[in-house]
Amino acid sequence: MSLKDQTALRIVFYEGDGAQSLEAQDRFAAMSRLLEKGFAVTRVAGGGRVAPADRASLLVLGRFDGGRAPQAEDAHGQVHIRFQDISGFDSNRVAATVETVRAETNAAKHGDWKPWFPVIDYDRCTNCMQCLSFCLFGVYGVDEQQRIQVQNNDNCKTNCPACSRVCPEAAIMFPKYKAGPINGDVVSDADLQREKMKVDISALLGGDVYALLRERSEKAKSRFSKERDANKALTERQKCLVKLASAGDIPPEVLMSLPSPEEIARRAEEAMAKAQAALTKQTL
Amino acid sequence: MTPPRILYCNCTYAQVVPKEVKEAVLKRLCESGVAFDAVADLCEMSARQDASLKRLAEGGAVKIAACYPRAVKWLFHAAKAALPTEAAEILNMRVQSADEVCAALFNPELKPNLPAGKTTKPSAEELPKSEVAV
Repeated sequence: MSLKDQTALRIVFYEGDGAQSLEAQDRFAAMSRLLEKGFAVTRVAGGGRVAPADRASLLVLGRFDGGRAPQAEDAHGQVHIRFQDISGFDSNRVAATVETVRAETNAAKHGDWKPWFPVIDYDRCTNCMQCLSFCLFGVYGVDEQQRIQVQNNDNCKTNCPACSRVCPEAAIMFPKYKAGPINGDVVSDADLQREKMKVDISALLGGDVYALLRERSEKAKSRFSKERDANKALTERQKCLVKLASAGDIPPEVLMSLPSPEEIARRAEEAMAKAQAALTKQTL
Repeated sequence: MTPPRILYCNCTYAQVVPKEVKEAVLKRLCESGVAFDAVADLCEMSARQDASLKRLAEGGAVKIAACYPRAVKWLFHAAKAALPTEAAEILNMRVQSADEVCAALFNPELKPNLPAGKTTKPSAEELPKSEVAV
């Protein structure tokens, strides 16, 4: 199931009328456990506001008077509410109880996928389509207005920030990346110069990185068809991949998982065609 | 005047926010008497286009303890939930200390800091001498 199709379970710690307050350390322990398990948690207390309710399922936890959880329902029938008394529960038991309710309500199970995907800064993006023509994994696409967008973020290769390296405006972020500006830090002039250098990697490597792979593959084919030395072909490909890995900060496991040079060529042409089509429609 | 809401992001699925900072911030929130929302990971919610992001963005003035303001702004945008530019203050647990983040969170005054438009950080030469780190 796509990540976008799943519903979430919102956990509410209720400490108002009809319930006792939790000790601060118990509250912290329970909240930490639930957050580590991927849940969204709201603490309702006298001081301050929280975000309004939406149509998600709510699980209200509290140390209710008499150990009895109240019963209530949304008058509009839009929000599914459950109450659970947690008197005497430690953080493990709270987490286990919440997990049971999550499973019963078919809400999203979190943590199955590291959220690694490009985030576009549209203040900077010039819609040049370099990212679309670069990515071999179909992460990018365009909307009805031919505006670049991230369409298939779960196709993105974990820890690979290569597309952000080819963006001439440093408009592509990976918020979980180690360094700026890719992590979302403010872009500096120096960064832009560096990003330009990264784009020049394409020129340096002969048009674009995938073209380089194709070219090397062709050269290797003709040479190795004479020499019939598969090891040399592998060495040649590895040399090329090492150069790419260091130039684009692409994890070796991503490079080593790339398909055959022929498949790379096919995908690169497909991506290039998509980008070209979008650019053409923009000018019409 | 109603104080801004507080939203805390635990950045659960990566080790980019120092553990001691995020733990200290959450601990102090739990020790305080304030109501707040906490999410496991804004990135994951954005990837899932979680409808809750809309709820979190649209509830009025908000202070968010998370990471870089530019990243937070566009993470919400990616989930079709625009944060209000004039009513959102982002505290960056990747670079600020727990003390700095908590002081800002518990301060009723809101200091909006979402980037508006294309901004580029000035180079060291362009900064006044007092702002250049030695």
